[in-house]
Amino acid sequence: MSTFDYGGTGFQAIEAIVKILFMVLGFLMPLASILTWLERRQSAMMQDRLGPKRAFIPLPRGKRLYLWGILHFVADALKFIKKEDYVPSKAHKFLFMWAPIMSMAPALIVAAIIPFGAPLCWGESQQVVGYDNACSHPVGLQIARLDIGLLFYFAISSLSVYGATLAGWASHNKWAMMGGLRASSQMMSYEVTMGMAVLGAFLVYGTLEPGAIVEQQSHILSFSNWGSSWGIFMQPLGFILFLTAAIAETKRTPFDIPEGEPEIIGYFVEYSGMRFGLFFLGEFLEIVTSSAIMVSLFFGGWHWGKAIDSFLAEFFTAHIPNINLYFFVITKGFLFSLFTIFLWSIKIFVFCMFQLLIRWSLPRFRSDQLLRLGWQRLLPISIANVVVTAIVILVAQSWSR
Amino acid sequence: MAVGVKVVNRPGSLSQQMFLPAIAEGLGVTFRHFMKNFFGNVTGRRAKTDIATIEYPEEKKPYPERFRGLHRLMLRDDGQVRCVACMMCPTVCPAHCITIVAEEAPDGKIEKRPKIFEIDELRCVVCGLCAEACPCDAIRMDSSEHAHPTYRRVDAILDKEELMSRGTTSTAVQGGVGSFWREKVTKAPQTPPSGDVAPHGPPGGPTPIASADRK
Repeated sequence: MSTFDYGGTGFQAIEAIVKILFMVLGFLMPLASILTWLERRQSAMMQDRLGPKRAFIPLPRGKRLYLWGILHFVADALKFIKKEDYVPSKAHKFLFMWAPIMSMAPALIVAAIIPFGAPLCWGESQQVVGYDNACSHPVGLQIARLDIGLLFYFAISSLSVYGATLAGWASHNKWAMMGGLRASSQMMSYEVTMGMAVLGAFLVYGTLEPGAIVEQQSHILSFSNWGSSWGIFMQPLGFILFLTAAIAETKRTPFDIPEGEPEIIGYFVEYSGMRFGLFFLGEFLEIVTSSAIMVSLFFGGWHWGKAIDSFLAEFFTAHIPNINLYFFVITKGFLFSLFTIFLWSIKIFVFCMFQLLIRWSLPRFRSDQLLRLGWQRLLPISIANVVVTAIVILVAQSWSR
Repeated sequence: MAVGVKVVNRPGSLSQQMFLPAIAEGLGVTFRHFMKNFFGNVTGRRAKTDIATIEYPEEKKPYPERFRGLHRLMLRDDGQVRCVACMMCPTVCPAHCITIVAEEAPDGKIEKRPKIFEIDELRCVVCGLCAEACPCDAIRMDSSEHAHPTYRRVDAILDKEELMSRGTTSTAVQGGVGSFWREKVTKAPQTPPSGDVAPHGPPGGPTPIASADRK
């Protein structure tokens, strides 16, 4: 077996690179960029306005390509890039330059553990890989299958607090400093709740690996085998806690204390141009990745329930032919896997829209209310959730034994 | 507690402290608005949505009928300016934006006419007092045009030609009816009163303006 044959080291490296490119350039960045426009458009519709819809690409013969204004994010990026990259004279130059990247990068890194589709069947041309893994050498649609899984998510996503805090500190601005401090206190408070909320899902599914958790959630709601139901039915309280903490982690409006437009502007008050744009984009990337984690843990990843999954698998087996390019055969299993990516991204999109809906509906908390909610309400509830879940699982196990 | 003070006991009930029912209600309101506006907009039925946006260059909100706008100077039948340079309008103008320099008119009956008639539209407060003060319907503020944007302040000062370019001939009698207006009014043919009540108010009484205003 040479290096680049199926299953070889070179093959695995290329496979990983392709998956990373798809995830970052094909999914995360485009979705986050479009969310910057979608947020303005959606909030406008919620407030009986129209929102930005004027950006266009000039076409020949005086026609204009509007696309409902989606191109606004391109216009924004061009404007950001053209602006002056201003650094305050007393700022810490190095940290000031690196803070935006440090706040955006974690959101991209945690995407490594997100499973985004059914395993791909590469070698065999006839089979469809469904929920039952009929393929002998499946290529998992997940960049890194880490056993520590969710711990990796916490470890990396908690690094993004450095971006906010260092941005505030390095700006040499009191308001930015306040914003950075608030960001650190808020994100640390809510990470505890977030971990506790995930602990419930960990107890139910017995693993921390998101891919394995998704594989278990093959039914929407199964009464015969509880462990194969979606997490939302096993851990409804855990889901609400995780959702709250995830929104708090993105530092957006019900929890926008670090930014606090009416009072302190926030940790990025001194930033301009694309460096501000990176903070902005980082927020939206966090929305996408937290939605992806939520979908993986509580809404079955790419699964849409046993009935739909098996219908699709049979449909692809029976009605879709293998597409024979002269150098490569696109198999039914391949197409099925690509279709599950589409099904998965629908869920992600809905969750992103839901987070935007929350951001434009709720009033913001005060700083003390925020910390009281985090430490005195959500944390005890999440601990109680873990304890009750553990007891229920223990009872259920001894019952079945 | 001299003033009416309502004591609110906080924290409230459990459902209030949980936030969740109120959050769900709020999300419902915004989501309803979103769906209504989104689908109305997508299916092209803008009129049925709640959207209040007016897309300016394509759509314009019609001005109210009595919007005043830029001044204009009215013309005589022969195309000359009606203004007789009586200085009523610069006198009444609270913003001192009207400049008139009078000269002798070649027509002996009129005696005066403006040599220079300039209005600084940047100073004008669009109160309409000049049009009210004008005795011969020469200056009007009914063009419904905004002051045009200019690059220099000088360009916002409109001269006589500019003001006359917007004007039309007036239907008012030039020079008014004259000092013998009472005789002329009584000589004018009147409609015979049909019935007891005159059509324009009580017969022989003074002007009914006050009572009409009170209504």
